[in-house]
Amino acid sequence: MNDRTLLEVRNLSTWFGPEARPLRVVDGVSFRIGRGECLALLGESGCGKSMTALSLLRLVPEPAGRVVDGEVLLEGEDLLALPEMAMRRVRGRRLSMIFQEPMTSLNPVLTVGYQIGEVLARHHGLGRRARRRRALELLAAVGIPDPARRVDDYPHQLSGGMKQRVMIALALAGEPDLLIADEPTTALDVTIQAQIMELLGRIRRERHMAMLLITHDLGVVADHADRVAVMYAGEIVEQAPRDAFFAEPLHPYARKLFAAVPGFRLRGRRLQTIPGGVPRLDQVFTGCRFADRCEEAWDHCRAHVPREVSPAPGRSVRCHRFDPGVTAPPAAAAVPPPPATAGPAPAVAGPVLAARGLAVHFPVRKGLLRRVAARVRAVDGVDLELYPGRTLALVGESGCGKTTVGKALLQLVRPTAGSVVFQGRELTALRGEALRRLRAHMQMVFQDPFSSMNPRMEVGAIVEEGMRALGLGDAQRRAARVQTLLEQVGLPAEAAHRYPHEFSGGQRQRIAIARALAVEPALLVCDEPTSALDVSVQAQILNLLQDLQQKLGLSYLFITHNLSVVEHLAHEVAVMYLGRLVEQGPVEKVMRAPRHPYTRALLSAVPVPDPRRRREIIRLQGELPSPLSPPAGCHFHPRCPEAMDVCRRCYPQWSEVEPGWRVACHVQTTEDRGQKTED
Amino acid sequence: MLAYIVRRVLYAVPILIGVNLITFTLFFVVNSPDDMARMHLGVKRVTPEAIEKWKRERGYDKPLLYNAGAEGLDKVTETIFFQKSVALFAFRFGQADDGRDIGHDIRQRMWPSLAIAVPVFLVGILVNITFALMLAFFRATYIDVWGVVASVVLMSISMLFYIIGGQFLIGKLWHLVPISGYDDGINGIKFLILPVVVGVVSGIGSGTRWYRTIFLEEINKDYVRTARAKGLSELRVLFGHVLKNAMIPILTGAVVVIPLLFMGSLLTESFFGIPGLGSYTIEAIQAQDFAIVRAMVFLGSVLYIVGLLLTDLSYTLVDPRVRLQ
Repeated sequence: MNDRTLLEVRNLSTWFGPEARPLRVVDGVSFRIGRGECLALLGESGCGKSMTALSLLRLVPEPAGRVVDGEVLLEGEDLLALPEMAMRRVRGRRLSMIFQEPMTSLNPVLTVGYQIGEVLARHHGLGRRARRRRALELLAAVGIPDPARRVDDYPHQLSGGMKQRVMIALALAGEPDLLIADEPTTALDVTIQAQIMELLGRIRRERHMAMLLITHDLGVVADHADRVAVMYAGEIVEQAPRDAFFAEPLHPYARKLFAAVPGFRLRGRRLQTIPGGVPRLDQVFTGCRFADRCEEAWDHCRAHVPREVSPAPGRSVRCHRFDPGVTAPPAAAAVPPPPATAGPAPAVAGPVLAARGLAVHFPVRKGLLRRVAARVRAVDGVDLELYPGRTLALVGESGCGKTTVGKALLQLVRPTAGSVVFQGRELTALRGEALRRLRAHMQMVFQDPFSSMNPRMEVGAIVEEGMRALGLGDAQRRAARVQTLLEQVGLPAEAAHRYPHEFSGGQRQRIAIARALAVEPALLVCDEPTSALDVSVQAQILNLLQDLQQKLGLSYLFITHNLSVVEHLAHEVAVMYLGRLVEQGPVEKVMRAPRHPYTRALLSAVPVPDPRRRREIIRLQGELPSPLSPPAGCHFHPRCPEAMDVCRRCYPQWSEVEPGWRVACHVQTTEDRGQKTED
Repeated sequence: MLAYIVRRVLYAVPILIGVNLITFTLFFVVNSPDDMARMHLGVKRVTPEAIEKWKRERGYDKPLLYNAGAEGLDKVTETIFFQKSVALFAFRFGQADDGRDIGHDIRQRMWPSLAIAVPVFLVGILVNITFALMLAFFRATYIDVWGVVASVVLMSISMLFYIIGGQFLIGKLWHLVPISGYDDGINGIKFLILPVVVGVVSGIGSGTRWYRTIFLEEINKDYVRTARAKGLSELRVLFGHVLKNAMIPILTGAVVVIPLLFMGSLLTESFFGIPGLGSYTIEAIQAQDFAIVRAMVFLGSVLYIVGLLLTDLSYTLVDPRVRLQ
């Protein structure tokens, strides 16, 4: 064992469930982390990343789960053999952990300062005043403005990003040698993610602290890791230094992960997907656990467990193709993804849906008589046009009002002002039955496929419900249609008689899409349809949506915060900030050369899965202000790196960059005027 | 906050009016004063004159809602509705059938009720929380499993069994305390011990099981994992983190019954011969004294409304996330 190694994990196994047929959630995992090194543990949900991390700290939820085998050597000392008392001196002191959900990971009834102070009292024996002083220092170190005020706040008084900073401060309080970060930014917006990841990187460099970064995001790995370990079905299938890994991933699973990432690269074409699902983990594998989903597998793969081989120094991979002792048949030439079956549908005639000056204000009531004291301007004057067979992406950070726009267009919330014209009819004036009839032509797919379906209804009934509500066809015709729909979204026909909980997230989103399609809509509003899904499953859903659009000529309003999805499939994009659109235009133009400073910052913050592409992150100050009292002038000016005097005074008008591409920014207006005077 | 309280009190007004109207309908329309008199006087020697006399003595001879024979404002006030039902709003409960002042009785008898209900309530919460925390600490071990089994057994046993068993064991066999009875002041303590013990023991089963569920729900939350990841001991996690959060549902569930403690316990009081409001109600029901029953029903609903208001206010004390507007 070399003396730079901080932590060495050997053959770690964690099982869940009954003794007779345990789930091997972590199955013989080995890796090492050097001092000050950042190892990324990459994998999709359910592959055992988080359980590996919890096993290191011996925090696996007992008695359902248990670490059954292995060694976790922290500077040569086996943590798994320590008595619980001694282990408590390690937790929070030598190994700290930050969790995925900052919203729920802090105790809601204790102040931030108290929760940090607990670590200081436990591990450094600090007294009351010393604790407070140190807590203030830590809060300042993680970039919380005005720590003296914040230290006595409760978690609910902080935004998501601030809470995650507090979590980091809490993890740093013990001055650990190794920080385990379990998806630290997954619950956060992309600009906040950039802030938090930068903070972690800085702290790691300053304190020479090692980090185990658990993530599913190749972009985050490319930006922050020194080495990468890819996990699949409870096992590490590949380990490599970052640059080597991104230059050439070896394991077929790792390569598939790369191919499933959406973006401009495969625009208009189908994304690669991984067929099938993760195998059940309650078995002892006799072959490679990826064999059933692998296009390069042959008989040998199913009969023999691949051993870990090292094709290059510092790299290892579990795949028979790289095992010098195994002669592999020549791999089938990689099939390039099929090109798009048709070009993007031409923009024909008039829009399917047009919104003018759409506004949704929610009243805030106060006092004895519940008088309206203020208005939350969730949506404040939005103009949108959606053409047949095309996709308009509405992007923005959480809280900017994009979901409210979607609901207001479908009249699920009534707009306060503005007009929505759908197929030539004004929707805001429609009531009752007339509106219900028209709903058949516009449907919505929701973000969370787990909570947006009635768990007590059979899938067939869920899909059929819309048709029944609108009185379409008779029972027999509807049943036949359900079968067609399920087939169309790639589900077996017998799915109709099962319940939603029997399906995976991706399958449930397919059901949701089938449900929406049942009434033959012309317009589908998709509200973050893939943000709860893994990247390989997301690829399937995106492919499905594209196929359906080409086949049925659907129009999509795609509400998302995921810009690579926008790059992959949208035709037009509208960027929203604090209830208003700030930039709008064709995807190829806007996403390649954004004009609005906010769009630019948003794009620059997206991590790119390529460590060679160094990009300058435009750092935004602070967070999204409250729509209760938007800043005067341009709403974006307090965070804008290019803000001028005029931005503080008045809200910018739209200015056209070129036909079909407009931007609401004073900088742009001034440039336009400058050009005109030059002419 | 103040605006919230004022609004809630205003909300209570229509509820009380509703309760009042319903009890009025039940007590005077469904069951007319004539029926009451007949029931009271016994079926045999009922003459119309006796009924009239009985009604006159108790003020039931007036019209129900509108007195056409009276003058001016008396047209409304000289009615059963005004004198018997509306008066309740001013907490004027009138007289019982035997002529005693109900308000005076209630003020007298609430003290023995409180002397039992308050210790049962406080000791009960303490005991239940202790047991529940213990089961939560030993969760998924045999202690927990058998603890839950014991809880279910305890909650399946009838209250009467606890009372009679307690009286037999502690009172009769061991001669530790008197079987029943009541005395004022210090001398009363020996009479109170047994009912309090019985009251606490009979509540252990359901209380422990309920609180255990609350604790286990909290224990599985993310912030508990964070607390463990800090290196805190299991006891510190339980007391410093879990208990604080679990107190939110526990307290709010308990606060709602605080005002109702005044009403006493029907069973305990009548079996132990305690002259509290519980036995008062039972006796009134047995004696068909509807004036008392009506007063107690109205008082019960007032106290329940107060309890709900206190519950909402107690949220602000234990949960920093809640601010009432």
